[in-house]
Amino acid sequence: MGRSLADLKPGDRARVISFNDMGPLSQRIMTLGLLEGSEVQVIRRAPAGDPMEIRVMDYALSLRRDEARTIQVELLS
Amino acid sequence: MTHCESAHAVETVRPATGTVSHTTRTIALVGNPNTGKSTLFNILTGLRQKTGNYPGVTVEKHTGTLTLASGEVQLIDVPGTYSLAAQSPDEMVAIDTLLGRFDELERPGAVLVLVDASNLRRNLYLASQILEMGLAVVVVLNMTDVAARKGIRIDDRSLARALDARVVPMIAARGEGIEELKRVLDEVLQHGHTPSVRLLPELEQASKALGGELRAAGVEIDDQEVERALIDTGGYAEQRLQRLAGRDLSARLDGLREDVGEGQALSGLEARSRYGWINDIINDVETRQETGASWSDRIDRVVSHPGWGSLLFLVVMAAVFQAVFSWATPMMDLIDAGTTGLGTGLSAWLPPGALSSLLIDGVIAGVGSVVIFLPQILILFAFIILLEDTGYMARAAFLMDRLMRWCGLSGQSFIPMLSSFACAVPGIMATRVIPDRRDRIATILAAPFMTCSARLPVYALLIAAFVPQRSWLGGLINLQGLILLSLYLLGIFGGVITAFVLKKTLLRGPTPTFLMELPPYRRPNLKSVLLRLMDRAVIFLRRAGTVIFTVAMIVWALAYFPHPGSIHDAYDVQRAEASNRFGGVELEARRLALDNLEAAAYLDQSILGRMGRIVDPIFRPLGWDWKVSAAVIAGFPAREVVIAVLGTIYAVGQDVDAQNDSLKGRLRGASWPDGEPVYTLPMVLGLLVFYAFCLQCVATVATIRREAASWSWALFAWTYMTSLGYLAALAVFQIGTRI
Repeated sequence: MGRSLADLKPGDRARVISFNDMGPLSQRIMTLGLLEGSEVQVIRRAPAGDPMEIRVMDYALSLRRDEARTIQVELLS
Repeated sequence: MTHCESAHAVETVRPATGTVSHTTRTIALVGNPNTGKSTLFNILTGLRQKTGNYPGVTVEKHTGTLTLASGEVQLIDVPGTYSLAAQSPDEMVAIDTLLGRFDELERPGAVLVLVDASNLRRNLYLASQILEMGLAVVVVLNMTDVAARKGIRIDDRSLARALDARVVPMIAARGEGIEELKRVLDEVLQHGHTPSVRLLPELEQASKALGGELRAAGVEIDDQEVERALIDTGGYAEQRLQRLAGRDLSARLDGLREDVGEGQALSGLEARSRYGWINDIINDVETRQETGASWSDRIDRVVSHPGWGSLLFLVVMAAVFQAVFSWATPMMDLIDAGTTGLGTGLSAWLPPGALSSLLIDGVIAGVGSVVIFLPQILILFAFIILLEDTGYMARAAFLMDRLMRWCGLSGQSFIPMLSSFACAVPGIMATRVIPDRRDRIATILAAPFMTCSARLPVYALLIAAFVPQRSWLGGLINLQGLILLSLYLLGIFGGVITAFVLKKTLLRGPTPTFLMELPPYRRPNLKSVLLRLMDRAVIFLRRAGTVIFTVAMIVWALAYFPHPGSIHDAYDVQRAEASNRFGGVELEARRLALDNLEAAAYLDQSILGRMGRIVDPIFRPLGWDWKVSAAVIAGFPAREVVIAVLGTIYAVGQDVDAQNDSLKGRLRGASWPDGEPVYTLPMVLGLLVFYAFCLQCVATVATIRREAASWSWALFAWTYMTSLGYLAALAVFQIGTRI
């Protein structure tokens, strides 16, 4: 039912709803400014579609599909 | 442009006055990665910096001296980080430095927090943690020019009020704001003011209470460490606390976490509180105008494009290696001419004997044949530093991640691997960017397989001497280049297979995270690049001057002694006979032949000659004669030494033939007693493969020990790579001679 960051296409914008795990991974993600309510935009994907580059606040972050899958989002616009 | 107006320009050197009393004269420089921290550090300290290592961890320690109006202060460049949260001992270095936990570094009297004005929100996260440390803080608002281009304006006075700390706007890459920063640092060091920012009061109280209790019980711990132990469940601060205070603390920590977090994870609570506070500040201090896509973003549409980007990546790599060879040649020829000239000059001037031989065949031939590779090393490092500073390295990691994962690693392993093409030592040291220990160790063990600049001379010499000059497509492809490329690929293959097998066996475990910032493209700062390049050159020359020099001396002595006069006397008799019987050209030829035989006779009975024959049976199946075996063995401390040793061996026992005076020529002339050449194609290819795999480098072994924090990994790497090199060379020679 839910949509994760991994499901988005380049150009899509979305808002973070929740994290699937609450371990060190989500702590790192949140430290980097990706929290519940944050807006992100998918910029592009690397060859073979993985990892992906997203824009968070004022910078670009790359993360893998497996990591993006732990972030539940809602699509904007 | 005033970036040359450095720390040296305005040096009003005045001794520290006694009035400064108890404030420490140490400042810590902290900041996120990619904020221009090393540029600022280089500008502030210039040539007065030291590189070392923190005890027990794998992080490089940079300290330097900075001159302020009140006197000199020590500046510590704390490794770049996004947060004080620590999962590993390496990540703990930041907090340990700030708390003065390292014996050789005093607790800083002030902290310099570098923040990127064009990316303030994320940068303030670390700043907010530092503000609560109870130390005087100066915030450097860097890259205000980049921010302005993005339409971002920051009111630095309001920011200073909100942070309760001094804020200095700056463009470090151009040296703008340096003098103001030094003035503010001076003031803060003398009248330190601790910011009053407190974002997590309940957590702080809980930490204080527990910290006080533990200290009363004799546990040496700071409240800040207790706070991190509470927030970072299972992290390094908690592990350390449990080591100090016992396992039964776990229940206590869990209880406190429950009380403070009220059901929420404290890590989430921390992130939300800090970003909530930051968002309020940003609303106050930042004004934005929409601008179009930045040039950095436009560049990235091509550079990070799956297709074009990958193509560009290949072109960049090809260009780098092309440059290393073609640009370096004129400089190398110059160094070669210089050392040869020096040797010839000295031999005309010095009386023949042990001293002359020591200087010419030992010192000049030995060290000279290693120093000749300095141009290549400098060019390669210049490219690596430029790729790093422009931000391209992160794109390379992004593009390569999928590929690297195929061998069980991540895109972050790519940078250390690429650096290892220059030298495995900085490459292995660069593995500390890899957060996962298993990935890091797999990368450390794969890195020494990459063709480092010390292998290059061996390859270059053997290929130039024994691989025929053959080219196709109008010189675009040539056989020598192809062999060289194959050796590079062989190294990559060896490393990849090693990592793959290790990750499937000894280092099996869950896949680590891959969160990596892709920094905007930036123009590198010339001074910072040159200082780092010089650092590399000094490291290389120091090695040439110490390890390699020593080995060259020892090998010279082994090849020269014993030097009984009886051999000389015997050949003198023959020489006298020859001058009676022959004349003119014929006499000259006879004399040369006799000189040659005499030198060979000396070498044959030398200590090295005897040692070579003892180990000979081990290497005979590889097609090596005792000279090659001796040189390879002498090269175990540092592989480039093999050239120096071959140079020395063949200079002592040289064919005295003007046309064959270069080492290349001497190798071609080397033969077995039956007249068959030693260096046949299968033997040379085997030798090349041996060098591709074998771990002949004390520095690398020592670095592996330090970075993997275990002797067993270092010994494993050495044994594994040496056996692999031997077996591969054996296979190549045995198969090669049969077809």
